[in-house]
Amino acid sequence: MKEFLSGNEAIARGAWEAGVRFASGYPGTPSTEILETLAHYPEVDAQWSANEKVAFEQGMGAAIGGLRVMVTMKMVGLNVAADPFMVFPYAGTDAGFVVVSADDPGMHSSQNEQDNRYLARMAKVPVIEPSDAQECKDFVGHALQLSERFTTPVMMRTTTRLAHHKGLVELGERIQPQQAAFRPDPRRYSVPIYRRLRRPELEKKIESLAEFAETYPLNRVEWRSGSASVAPQPGSIGVITSGIAYQYVREVLPQASIFRLGMTHPLPSRTLWEFCQAHETIYVVEEGEPFIEDHLSALGARNLVGKEIFGVIGEYSPERIAAGVGKDFPAPSDLGREINVLPRPPMFCIGCGHRTVFDVLRQLKVTVAGDIGCYTMGALPPYEASHTTFCMGASIGTAFGLERAGHERTVAVIGDSTFIHAGIPSLIDAVYNGSSLTLVILDNSTTGMTGGQPHPSAGKTLKGKPAPKLDLEAIVRAAGVRQVEIVDTWQRREVGRAVRTGLAHEGPAVVIARGPCVRLPEMRLEERGAFPYFVDEALCTQCNACFKVWCPAITRTAQGFPIIDALECTACTVCVQVCPVDAILPLNVRSDGAPVNVSAEAEG
Amino acid sequence: MTEPTSLIFAGVGGQGVLLIAELTARAAIRAGYDAKQTEVHGVSQRGGGVESHVRYGQQVHSPLVMPGRADVVVGLEKLEALRFSHFVRAEEGSIHTDDVQTHGVLLVNDHEIVPASVPGAEQNYPHHALEFLQQKGLRVVALPASRLARDLGDGRMANVIMLGALSRMLELPLEVWLETLRERLPEKYREANLKAFSAGRQLLSHPEREAMARP
Repeated sequence: MKEFLSGNEAIARGAWEAGVRFASGYPGTPSTEILETLAHYPEVDAQWSANEKVAFEQGMGAAIGGLRVMVTMKMVGLNVAADPFMVFPYAGTDAGFVVVSADDPGMHSSQNEQDNRYLARMAKVPVIEPSDAQECKDFVGHALQLSERFTTPVMMRTTTRLAHHKGLVELGERIQPQQAAFRPDPRRYSVPIYRRLRRPELEKKIESLAEFAETYPLNRVEWRSGSASVAPQPGSIGVITSGIAYQYVREVLPQASIFRLGMTHPLPSRTLWEFCQAHETIYVVEEGEPFIEDHLSALGARNLVGKEIFGVIGEYSPERIAAGVGKDFPAPSDLGREINVLPRPPMFCIGCGHRTVFDVLRQLKVTVAGDIGCYTMGALPPYEASHTTFCMGASIGTAFGLERAGHERTVAVIGDSTFIHAGIPSLIDAVYNGSSLTLVILDNSTTGMTGGQPHPSAGKTLKGKPAPKLDLEAIVRAAGVRQVEIVDTWQRREVGRAVRTGLAHEGPAVVIARGPCVRLPEMRLEERGAFPYFVDEALCTQCNACFKVWCPAITRTAQGFPIIDALECTACTVCVQVCPVDAILPLNVRSDGAPVNVSAEAEG
Repeated sequence: MTEPTSLIFAGVGGQGVLLIAELTARAAIRAGYDAKQTEVHGVSQRGGGVESHVRYGQQVHSPLVMPGRADVVVGLEKLEALRFSHFVRAEEGSIHTDDVQTHGVLLVNDHEIVPASVPGAEQNYPHHALEFLQQKGLRVVALPASRLARDLGDGRMANVIMLGALSRMLELPLEVWLETLRERLPEKYREANLKAFSAGRQLLSHPEREAMARP
């Protein structure tokens, strides 16, 4: 049976079919849907962990405990998990262990463009790279077999386009691997006293993997011109490629021979060299850094064309490959010169609780160290009130450093999920080292930017089971913060007062701006028994105060009155709070107190 | 081998761009084709632009459509249609030399959503975009899908009305569309959406219009 699946859904299916029993990770685009899909399989113990390092270590334990394991994260997540990732290969694993690293060329939703094949090479971990949805599924099984055969963790590298494209996938059945019991072995699992003994073994392992790669079927040569045994024809083209780029090559160069690498570390040097020798020109088409190309150069290949024409920056596309190889195709017309193609950047949702906080911070004219989440958009107009964003949890450390550099009025802003992920040690340190920074925790009970995944203070697990709710206030107080306030994130005055109090306080202060993400199902108006608001034109003086809360649901009528889109209004009441004449009312009440037929009004 | 049919769907977050893109891909699969679909998502906030590429045929390699190679660009909003108009197949010549070229169509919902987060957008919105593109020689088919959707009782169904219009331009049989819609739409919205789909088909049923619209 075939199903139309995304790369991520196919990876989840592949994990299920290959008998994976434990799966963990932390949400991050473009990897999130893998665990969300796996959560639907009752046979798989799938969970969101507090961060990627925790997820990796849990997976590591489950694997040495005998279960087949998948751990998922976006590429920068592997930086967080780099500590166990670099050490685990020394011990290795008897049960299959695959870590999915979802790279994001083009930085569609990321803060950098790192190519994690280098991390894998550094860790001496083999890398598998599928090229379509079917392979996303199939390669999970191959990766786990490879892992068990060579007793090594395996990385599966995907990229945004692979993860977020859909294709037809032939499904299979689930296999049930035997669970091997954990056998304590200090020589294998203990550092550092015995680790020196493992070092030569690790080296031998990667050498035998390189030998294995020479005949590994995932590395496939498609001969269309030339052959391995004949001298290259003049003008003959061979392409060495991997990942989704393979599809673009098939599209753009249908006549070329292709060496498709399904395993990009370690590389099969001998067969690659033969392929290079069989063609006059070799195009190396790989998204990201010149990982394969540099290897070929080091082997001595001199007929390579790669990064100098295709480039290292950004996502690849068929037109980019076509332009690189000099193929003609209709170029996009440069309309922007003749007509105003306005941009349409993403923005905070209508009714988002972060809006109030950034409005307050903008008015206070403070320096704001931001963090990773939807609230990176606080840097954009109209707020422009977030001044730094680096990586998960960096807001607190950055604010601390700014403060030390003389920026006294510094505020750190971090989401609840990010705070749990990597912010807690920084806060402990800020208290310990005598900071008086003010930290705002945007507590919306979810991991918002990736689409609303639960976390330890959300009260439930990935599988929807109730879970103990981490008490953020208690954590903050236990870290030694004395000035702590919890405010309703939609109450502008309250948020403003709490932040000002925090800034004035000698010593560190925390404001927990609380209010669920408006995208959560429980926030729907009907769930809350709330009504959208409307502007009563009989009362409105057209003072424009409500426009200054920048709510996209508020536009202007031809007569100049504000009008609220009833389908978009989330009843956050921020505009109500600023209206000096109380002209903004819920749709179930008129200014004269008479009830309103809500549905009739909404349609009007 | 003939080149796959290539489509772009563009609009604003919340308009249901991805839904109709996926319905099209699934209809093609039901009709026996290979199909691929891709989209960019990540920042899940509303209000930003959304695009999805769909390709179907005997065998599809790249999920991405190349500029100048889309048979139809479906724009659920005027500015977004303009933004992706360079994807419409406009000229002869392609990478596949043995290919019979046809010209593409820009199929637009004549509806404007001003980007709320862009300062001055209200004054600078390109209201004349469709006339501008027509003058450039692009085949533009503009339909009042949002207005019609409101008349049918729910403005959000503009996407399915546009899908109905698109179904007139593609060679997939009607039954395949209807089966796909019945299978994929939640029961609560099924009947209303089937009505919207049929209304969309009727928008293009006028012979002149159809002749103009067929790629």
